[in-house]
Amino acid sequence: MSVIDIRGLVKAYKGGTLALKGVDLSIGKGEIFALLGPNGAGKTTLISIVCGIVTKTAGSVRVAGDDIETDYRAARRRIGLVPQELTTDAFETVWDTVAFTRGLFGCARDDAYLERLLKRLTLWEKRHSRMLELSGGMKRRVMIAKALAHEPEILFLDEPTAGVDVELRRDMWALVRALRADGTTIILTTHYIEEAEEMADRVGVIRGGELVALGNKAELMAQLGRRTLKIFLDAPLAALPERLHGWDLDLADGGRELDYHFDSKAEETGIPRLMRQLDEAGIGWRDLTTRQSSLEDIFVSLVRAGDAS
Amino acid sequence: MNPRGMLAIYRFEMARWKRTLWQSVVAPVLTTALYFLVFGSAIGSRMSDMAGIDYGSFIVPGLILLSVLTQSVANASFGIYFPKFTGTIYEILSAPLSPLETVASYVGAAVTKSFLLALITLATAALFVEVRVEHPLLMLAFLLAIAAGFCLLGFLIGLLADNFEQLQFVPLLVVTPLAFLGGIFYAVGTLAEPWRTVTLFNPIVYLVSGYRWTFYGVADVPLGASVAAMALAILLPLLAIAWIFRTGHRLKQ
Ligand SMILES: Nc1ncnc2c1ncn2[C@@H]1O[C@H](COP(=O)(O)OP(=O)(O)OP(=O)(O)O)[C@@H](O)[C@H]1O
Ligand SMILES: [Mg+2]
Repeated sequence: MSVIDIRGLVKAYKGGTLALKGVDLSIGKGEIFALLGPNGAGKTTLISIVCGIVTKTAGSVRVAGDDIETDYRAARRRIGLVPQELTTDAFETVWDTVAFTRGLFGCARDDAYLERLLKRLTLWEKRHSRMLELSGGMKRRVMIAKALAHEPEILFLDEPTAGVDVELRRDMWALVRALRADGTTIILTTHYIEEAEEMADRVGVIRGGELVALGNKAELMAQLGRRTLKIFLDAPLAALPERLHGWDLDLADGGRELDYHFDSKAEETGIPRLMRQLDEAGIGWRDLTTRQSSLEDIFVSLVRAGDAS
Repeated sequence: MNPRGMLAIYRFEMARWKRTLWQSVVAPVLTTALYFLVFGSAIGSRMSDMAGIDYGSFIVPGLILLSVLTQSVANASFGIYFPKFTGTIYEILSAPLSPLETVASYVGAAVTKSFLLALITLATAALFVEVRVEHPLLMLAFLLAIAAGFCLLGFLIGLLADNFEQLQFVPLLVVTPLAFLGGIFYAVGTLAEPWRTVTLFNPIVYLVSGYRWTFYGVADVPLGASVAAMALAILLPLLAIAWIFRTGHRLKQ
């Protein structure tokens, strides 16, 4: 069952920038979804529209069946957002600012819940501190606490680990897993592909306002995944011999390594034929390894493909 | 409806006011006290009565309004401009609140502050000069209406402003001059023509006249005209705000 349903979403900013060019996306209840994309791809725009901060130009967005415009109250109550920028009220205390958000979203006061929340985010000791007295990492924890103050079903994290130290990042992922265990749907954007790879159930790749790939991690890798066969040569090659030009080969490591790219799903990989041809050309080798392309490789190749077109 | 959300904004705004009590209450009260000292006691003692009222007492309603007008605009415009400036507005926009609820919460808090400020100013004035209020209920009602109008105006300015300079423009270059020339310090009848007629184009004259009437029962213009001016002071910014939210929406991209 999908909890977020985006259809033909278009956003043209006033300046004329077409930030989203008709995005279709469904996000299932309880999943962790990672939105990957380079700077300016439209990730923040997409999230901001769902959360009600930016108005859409065309298309529709439903949150658990409620339209974000006609049923905005019901839709927004379900959503918590940790924005990309750290924006806080400098003079408010941690407790006050978190309690404020809870009230803003129409929830009754519940000090016990806020206490548990602040303890979970190791903010309890700091509850009487004003925001301006906190470090950047602490502020980010407060932003998360605010986003969770009204017990949302859906949590948006816009680049949650940008400028965050290892410990906080680990804490954050532990929290994300715990929230998912409670049934919270989590949508995050990140530039760290390892994170998406490690955390997410499904990944969407967005570029230039278009969703260029979408699937669960395994699917995505199978769909786009290519393997690389690395052949470590006996003697360095200055250039590829003429007879090997038909192959998808790269020379690497100063000619000491030959990389063969092939489609892992293809009926025939061509490896036996390549090895024979290497023999015939008199190119000796001492070792081989194959490597599955990571999400990062896929991502880079998708983004490159876009730049080339 | 989201009454808890509205209350959260209202409380937030009131807490901000308490934190800056020095700037938002003490400073205007001190300024008003200085006016009373200079115009009421020092100069006023050498002035003849104004419209049959002791000069020091005559200027009290106008001086109260002067601080209410300037503080209402300053407070309400800052209240909405600042979150826009720092970016914390994201939270308000993502909350389950209608535009009307948002406006009512911010403006409601600003009106409360102006109302309290007016009462404190009145109490301060009573220390310096003799003050009597002939129509206390109407005095409070008019005060509320005028504060509401100028808080809405302030909200509108905060909504439209793109920088601090624009935020200051209307209060400094429009409201304050018009207030000073709005019959706070003199009865319009004492002016010579053509200034008497010119003055009647200043909307603040109608507000000051009506408000002073609740104190001493004397007015420069008919009471009906004053009430109409108050209604317009509320209606015009309200319509402008509604129009902005309906069309462009200045808060959202
Ligand atoms: N308020 C705005 N007005 C005009 N254009 C905007 C605005 N916000 C974003 N844009 C443009 O829309 C496009 C998408 O921006 P967006 O912030 O959604 O990208 P992003 O994927 O979040 O990037 P990043 O990884 O840098 O955060 C960019 O070209 C950006 O310049
Ligand atoms: Mg972004």
